[in-house]
Amino acid sequence: MKKLIVTISPHERSRESIASIMWGVVIALLPATVASVVFFKFLAIKVIMLSVATALGTEYFTRKALGRSNTISDGSAVVTGILFAFCVPPTSPWWMVMIGSACAICLVKELFGGLGANIFNPALTARAILLASFPVHMTTWIRPFDAIACATPLGIVKEHLTIPLPSYMDLFLGNCGGCIGETSALAILIGGLFLLYRKTIYWYYPVFYIGVVFTLSYFVGRDPLYEILAGGVFLGAFFMITDMVTTPITRLGGIIFACGAALLTVVIRNYGGYPEGVCYSILIMNAFTPLIDRLLTPRILGAR
Amino acid sequence: MGSFKGGIHLHYNKKRTLLNAVKTCTPPHLVAIPLLQHLGSPAKALVKAGDKVKVGTKIGESSGFMSAHVHSSISGTVKKIANYYHPVVGFAEAIHIESDEKDTKEDHIYPRNVPDNLTSEEIRQIVADCGIVGLGGATLPTHVKLSPPKDKPIDTVIINAAECEPYLTCDHMLMLTRSKEVLLGILLIIKAVNAKHAYIAIEDNKMDAYELLCSKLRSNRWDAIITPFKLATKYPHGAEKQQIKTILNKEVPLGGLPFDIGVVVQNVGTAYAIYEAVYFGKPLYERLVTVSGSCVRTPRNVLARIGTPASALIKECGGFLRPPSKLIMGGPMMGLSQSSEQWPVIKGTSGIVSLHETEIDISDYHNCIRCTKCVNACPMQLVPSRLSILAEHERYQEAKDSGITACIECGICSYVCPAKRPMVQFMKIAKAKALQK
Repeated sequence: MKKLIVTISPHERSRESIASIMWGVVIALLPATVASVVFFKFLAIKVIMLSVATALGTEYFTRKALGRSNTISDGSAVVTGILFAFCVPPTSPWWMVMIGSACAICLVKELFGGLGANIFNPALTARAILLASFPVHMTTWIRPFDAIACATPLGIVKEHLTIPLPSYMDLFLGNCGGCIGETSALAILIGGLFLLYRKTIYWYYPVFYIGVVFTLSYFVGRDPLYEILAGGVFLGAFFMITDMVTTPITRLGGIIFACGAALLTVVIRNYGGYPEGVCYSILIMNAFTPLIDRLLTPRILGAR
Repeated sequence: MGSFKGGIHLHYNKKRTLLNAVKTCTPPHLVAIPLLQHLGSPAKALVKAGDKVKVGTKIGESSGFMSAHVHSSISGTVKKIANYYHPVVGFAEAIHIESDEKDTKEDHIYPRNVPDNLTSEEIRQIVADCGIVGLGGATLPTHVKLSPPKDKPIDTVIINAAECEPYLTCDHMLMLTRSKEVLLGILLIIKAVNAKHAYIAIEDNKMDAYELLCSKLRSNRWDAIITPFKLATKYPHGAEKQQIKTILNKEVPLGGLPFDIGVVVQNVGTAYAIYEAVYFGKPLYERLVTVSGSCVRTPRNVLARIGTPASALIKECGGFLRPPSKLIMGGPMMGLSQSSEQWPVIKGTSGIVSLHETEIDISDYHNCIRCTKCVNACPMQLVPSRLSILAEHERYQEAKDSGITACIECGICSYVCPAKRPMVQFMKIAKAKALQK
C-alpha cells in the first residue's frame, strides 16, 4: 500500500489560489490594455511592456537578494506592472517608467514584506513618487490617435481653459487625453464586471466610490457625470480601491474606505492644487485601513 | 429561510453512497476495542486475558461522570489488553477479542415493552449503562448531555440531522431506513430533559428524509411535539451554535453551552442508539459508517461492529479502485487523516473517506494577502486572517484577546484561503496555548 499522507483538517481546499486571482486580474485588465493601444498606439505598448518587464525583473532580484522564494509566476508583479503603466502618461520616457515600476515592486511591496504585507497600493505610490519627482513628464498629455499635445478633461476644468470639453461619449469610450489606462471608462467597466463575476472584488467599493464622487460633485456645483467619467475614477474604483491587500477586511470598513476616498477625491479636485485626486485619495485612505480594521472588528457569534 | 452569518457551499459527493443499500458487515474474527472512545477519561478494563465475553458484555467501566462504558462487539475470548492503533490519539489501550464465531448476544438484549411512565432518571441510567456517546463525531458521553443543571430548564431539543460534512450519509440513511425508530428515540430525549418540543434539523439536500419524517410524525400524531426543520444546505450547518442561531435565532453565549439558553442538541444517530438502548437493552456496540471517497469501489453505508479494522470495512465495499493518498476518519472538513488502515472503528466513526492524490492539495503556503475570504466565511465571525498571523508569530495572548477560543475548527478558513495557509493548524496551536495560560 502506498504511503498515506497525514495532515490536519480540512482535507479539501478550494481551487482558488493567489495565482488564479492575479491572472484573473490580468485578464480583467486586457480590455483597458486594448483600448490604450487603440488610442495611443505604440506609445502604450512600449510603456506597458517596459513596466511589466521591470516589475518582474525587480521582483525576481529583490526577492533573491532578500532570500525569499521566487514568486514571479503568481502574476502579482504583472498586475502591478500593468496598473502602474496605466497611471502614467503615454509619453513617459523609458527611464521614468523603469524607475516607477521598480519603486512599486521593491520599495512599496517587497521592503514592506512582500505581497500581503504592503500598506500602500504599489502602483499608486509609484505614481505619487514620480509626480513629485518628475512633474513635467508626469503632466504632459497627448490626444489619442494623432498624439498632439493637449490637456486632460479635468485639466481643462481646473485651469479654466477655453478649449471645448470632450463629450460624455468621448469620455466614456476614452477618446480624450489622460493616463494610458484610465481614459476608457467602458473598457475598465468590462474588466471590472469580470472581476465582480469572479468574486475577486466586492461590489461595494466601485458602487460607493463612484456613487459618492457623483453625489458630492453635484453638491459642489460640478457636472457629476463628467466628474465620474473623466480622469481616473473608474480605474480607481475597479482596480485600485479594490486592492485586497491595502483595504479594510469588513464590508462596513470597505464602505467607509470607499466613501472616504470619494470625499477626498472631490476635495482635491475642487480645492486642491491638482486637477485630479484619485491617486492621493486612495493612498491617504490606505493609511487609515489599519485603524478602520481595528475599530470595526466583527462581533463574535455569542459575544455581548 | 434564515441562516447564520458566514459559511460556504461545498461539493457534497453524497449521491453515490445513497444509491447502495446499507450492508451489515460480517462480525470480524478479531476486534480491538479501545477503552477511550469518548470525550473524557478512558474506561477501566473489566476483563482480563482468557475471559469469555458475549456481544454486549460490558468490558470497560466508566471512570467518572465524564466517561462512558465500553461493551464487547463480538462473542469470544479476550486475548490481551494492549496498546493498539487509535484513530484519534494514535495509540491507546484496547481490549483485543477473538471471535468464537457464534455471535451470541448478552441475555439482557431483547425487545421489551417500554412503560409510559419511564422517568428521566431511568432513561439517563439506561443511556449511561449502554455506553452511549454523541455519534455526530464529538463523542461527548450522552448521559452528560442529558443532565442539564437544575437551574437551567430545557425547553427545546434540537436533533442534529444536518450532516453538513461532504461524503457522509450515515445519518441520512438512518432517517430513511429507521425513521419511526429515530422518532421514538427523540421522544425519549425530550422526556429525559423534560423539554416541551423538539426540532429535527435537516439540510434541504435531504428532502426525502424530511418528507418521510413529516409523514411519520403526522401518522403517529407526534407532529405537535416534534417539528422537522429545513436548513439551507450550507457548511457548517451541523455545528450546534450555528444550528441554534438558524432555528431559534438565539446565540449560545461565548464560552457557554446550549444548556445556558435552554437547548439540548443531540445527533440523530444518538437518538437511534437511545431508542435501541431503551427498547432492546442494546449497548452501543455497532453503528452505521459511511465508507466513501473516489478510491473505494462500492461506496456505501455499512453497519459495523465497534473495533472492526478500517481495512475490513473497505474490503466489504469492494476494496480500493486506486490507491488513496489520504484516508480520513470522518468527513473531509473536520475528519482526522490516518497513517494506516489498521485503526478500529470507534463510537465516533461516522465515515471512512479515501481521497486520491489528485484531490488533495498540500502545496506550500504564502503570506496572508488580506483577501478577506476567511473573514466573510467564518461562521463564528472571527477574523481568522489576523488570528493566523498572531499564531504564526506566537503572539498567543493577543490571539486569546481576539477571541480565538471561540473557534470551532470547522476548517472553512483553510478551505477558502487562496494563499493556502494552514489556518486550522494555526488556530489549534493558538487555542491550545491560549487555554494553557
